[in-house]
Amino acid sequence: MLSIENLHVTIGEREVLKGINLEIKENETFILFGPNGSGKTTLLMTLMGFGNYTITDGRIMFRGHDITHATIYERARLGIGMSFQRPPTIHGLKLRQMVQMAAQGREIDVDALAKRVNMTDFLERDVNAGFSGGEIKRSELLQLMAQQPHMVLFDEPESGVDLENMKLIGNTVRELLGGECGMTIERSLRMAKCSRNVAGLIITHTGYILEYINADRGQVMYEGKLCCESNPRDILDHISRFGYQECLRCLA
Amino acid sequence: MKPIDLKAFDFTAPAPLEIADLTTLDEADKNQLLMAGVDVSAEAVSGTYMHMNHGAVHCKSRQKGVEILDIKTAMDKYDGLKEYYWKLIDPDKDEFTRAAADNLHGGYFIRTEKGAKVTEPVQSCLFIKGDNIGQSVHNIIVVEEDSELHIITGCSAAHESKGSAHMGISEFYVKKNAKLTFTMIHNWAENTVVRPRSAGVVEEGGVLLNNYVLLKPVSDLQMYPTITLAGKGAVARFNSVMVAPEGSHVDTGNRIILAAPETRGETIARTITTGGTIIARGHIAGNAVPARGHLECKGLILGGGVIHAIPELEATVDGVELSHEAAVGKIAQEEIEYLMARGLDQEEATSTIVRGFLNVDIMGLPAKLQKVIDDTIKECEKDMF
Repeated sequence: MLSIENLHVTIGEREVLKGINLEIKENETFILFGPNGSGKTTLLMTLMGFGNYTITDGRIMFRGHDITHATIYERARLGIGMSFQRPPTIHGLKLRQMVQMAAQGREIDVDALAKRVNMTDFLERDVNAGFSGGEIKRSELLQLMAQQPHMVLFDEPESGVDLENMKLIGNTVRELLGGECGMTIERSLRMAKCSRNVAGLIITHTGYILEYINADRGQVMYEGKLCCESNPRDILDHISRFGYQECLRCLA
Repeated sequence: MKPIDLKAFDFTAPAPLEIADLTTLDEADKNQLLMAGVDVSAEAVSGTYMHMNHGAVHCKSRQKGVEILDIKTAMDKYDGLKEYYWKLIDPDKDEFTRAAADNLHGGYFIRTEKGAKVTEPVQSCLFIKGDNIGQSVHNIIVVEEDSELHIITGCSAAHESKGSAHMGISEFYVKKNAKLTFTMIHNWAENTVVRPRSAGVVEEGGVLLNNYVLLKPVSDLQMYPTITLAGKGAVARFNSVMVAPEGSHVDTGNRIILAAPETRGETIARTITTGGTIIARGHIAGNAVPARGHLECKGLILGGGVIHAIPELEATVDGVELSHEAAVGKIAQEEIEYLMARGLDQEEATSTIVRGFLNVDIMGLPAKLQKVIDDTIKECEKDMF
């Protein structure tokens, strides 16, 4: 699904990613750990194609396409969907319109989707205007449900979220990653399993999200490089006991 | 801007004849009127007033509870409209008020009955067709106690004209617990000079919602309506949306005077220049307590031009709460990228943000008019990016 080869990325003059190699297969969810400033968010932003992130070397392949220099919307239309951690407010644009646009012309039931993430009351509000941390997460998920991506990029699903919302968010992320077709207009048992293959790349510090999803593999980002590939739970356990410094050893 | 020479315009040609059926206007004129919010088929309106050049050509009320007259007729009928005529504006204020006082061509007198809730809007139109026509109208709106009214005024000039001047005096009287929504859409020509002079007074518990839309080129437009909230609990809100292409010089704003306790005034202006000059003014004066006022002026410069925002707050008593927020800038790249991440291309993303920025939805206009405005915005987007 996604294959990253020797990716080097600079922001301004500074090299942030220093040769990333990563392969994520269909129906696989990859968890990214790492201390603040290690380059995790940079990797996600680069995969989505944002302007400030300059690829100086390497290649990104997604579903058979070389997207290294593709525009953001080409990536989105190929099936990369991202949940933003701090999305901007769009004044005058209602969440309902935003969700409708994210569906890219597919017919969706915005109200039914909104109900599932408890966002019904926000549909007529300007996108992200005065939304709390949990509301932003739910709004992002609602947009992704409409978008039906093949690859979900999620930067810290837990941040700013209370426990009750965590459950809702966790379950919704699982459904998104399951490629569940209930997200489309018809929802019946027969339709509940869908053939759409979805992969995920999730950044987490706390690991709460692991309670809800089947994460297959994980790695630690440290100073712009990936290291310590293992089961995400084992990595989390290791970090909580020994900290990130230990990672340097497996890098060596 | 070079000064306007009123002598260059003809204020004295005879008035045109009545047009009983507005659908008989030619297609170009009809289209021009539609862009100014006037639907000649007159569906879903409670009345229509149309003024062309130097006289009223059509005046019809279709609903009980609202009277629509040409101002000259109204002056004959109501003893010169002594209570209302030139009561809020001094005819000697400037050469334009003077010209309007000296050459009264017409204008509308619209008055509700006490308690009447007029659901469909009254549409009115001030139209200029021909070369170097100088038009001066005087409008008076009286919304009687406990009544509600929406007036849509479209001002327009035919495109083949070599130039024209419009002077418009408007006096608004919103009585106790009455509500007036006044929507004005300007659709002038590149060579029209425009000098409206408006003022209004809102009594206790009254509400004035004023919407202003200018999306088309105009040569030189200057206006600065003043609304006085004279009674306890009165409210005024101004929403303005302006786009100035190259060649347009637009100097607009409004003043709200909070002259009684528990009054609220709000001014929201959204301006875009694509090469023209916009001077966006605003003034809220707080002279009574408790009273609150907020001024918001946001501008985008998209392809040259000037935006000059001049917000003014003037508080004269303890305890008044006034605030303002002004920003002039560009479309944030972060917002464009956010929408692109949902699959919109650069152009779709940008135009979505521009439409959100202009936020005409807030005015709550009839669907047909909203659609015309949306289409017009789409049309002006070609100058923006």
